[in-house]
Amino acid sequence: MTDPLHQFEIHVIAPLFSIFGVQFNFTNAALFMLVIVAIICALLYAAFANPELVPSRLQSVGEVWYEFIHNMVRQVMGEDGMKFFPLVFTIFSFVLVANMLGMFPYFFTVTSHVIITAALAVFVILLVVTVGIMRHGLGWFRLFVPHGVPLAILPFISAIEVISFLSRPVSLGLRLFGNMLAGHIVLKVFAGFVVSLSAIGITGIIGAIFPLGMAVGLTALEFLVAFLQAFVFAILTCVYLNDALHPGH
Amino acid sequence: MTPQDRSRRGAAGGSDAEGLSKRLHDLSERIQAETAEHAPPQGPGAGDQGSRYGVAFRLASEFVAAVLVGAGLGWLLDRLAGTSPFGLIILLLLGFGAGILNMARTSRRMADSEAAAKAGPPINDDDDDED
Repeated sequence: MTDPLHQFEIHVIAPLFSIFGVQFNFTNAALFMLVIVAIICALLYAAFANPELVPSRLQSVGEVWYEFIHNMVRQVMGEDGMKFFPLVFTIFSFVLVANMLGMFPYFFTVTSHVIITAALAVFVILLVVTVGIMRHGLGWFRLFVPHGVPLAILPFISAIEVISFLSRPVSLGLRLFGNMLAGHIVLKVFAGFVVSLSAIGITGIIGAIFPLGMAVGLTALEFLVAFLQAFVFAILTCVYLNDALHPGH
Repeated sequence: MTPQDRSRRGAAGGSDAEGLSKRLHDLSERIQAETAEHAPPQGPGAGDQGSRYGVAFRLASEFVAAVLVGAGLGWLLDRLAGTSPFGLIILLLLGFGAGILNMARTSRRMADSEAAAKAGPPINDDDDDED
């Protein structure tokens, strides 16, 4: 029986150096992150190296990609949020290409590791806090004290608001991680059924048609989830940054 | 539809007005059948199973994350201040509250963006009659 968790194992490719007894290695995760960045750079360079008025196929892909995020940032954050466009575009592209690369057989899915998604999510929330305090000073913390609330229950409301804020990076990181992890495990389990059923004999081969159909359907669903999760991650980044820019809403 | 088809029909129908109107009727029927075949399925829940799954998962994760954060903070407070088990109990309950708040906010945001999408310019899906 194939091990559905084998695909998430991290291998050391080359040991790099150690600081204070902590060993730093170049792993397959690091390799795939480099590949992701290389793919994004190569795609965008190829798309816009020779821009034409009537875009070629690759250039239209690049334009749709750019305008999709451009419109999203403008809609959620308004005109003064456009200075965060490069950040949102980078996050969206990284997550999208990471998810899509994970759909190839034998490839490593970077976003199925909680440390990657948590690092992205914590970075976004720290940025929200930094931008909020830079823009509005300590008055930004009034986000946690909604007005019009009776004084008696204000401490509870504030505590709930603080917990709600702190839960943002958790849900942001866990959602992406959970979707990718669960999807890939389920896919692998159904594919494993096909292999072990067809080993039985002729009845097993006939019975293996059903898990094979499931695996095909789930693959299509996984492509959808891969795009959807990248989109959700990007739009929530916009929504949270909007809270830092315009805390009144 | 094919040229052979058309010429055959033209030969069979003759050139009189009755044959012409019959052919027109025939054609409009075929066009109707064709458009019905190619029209996207109408009604809620027909084609957006994937995005509904996304919505459900998003709401669930918002709730679970708040409960987890509440429980984690309570456990940390108990460890640091030695107030076990009251910190965990109170903050877990507050975490439930924050989870409900998260879900309410998320669903309101989703309803807002859905309304905005409906109020925007409608998608032009009747471009069949241009030619």
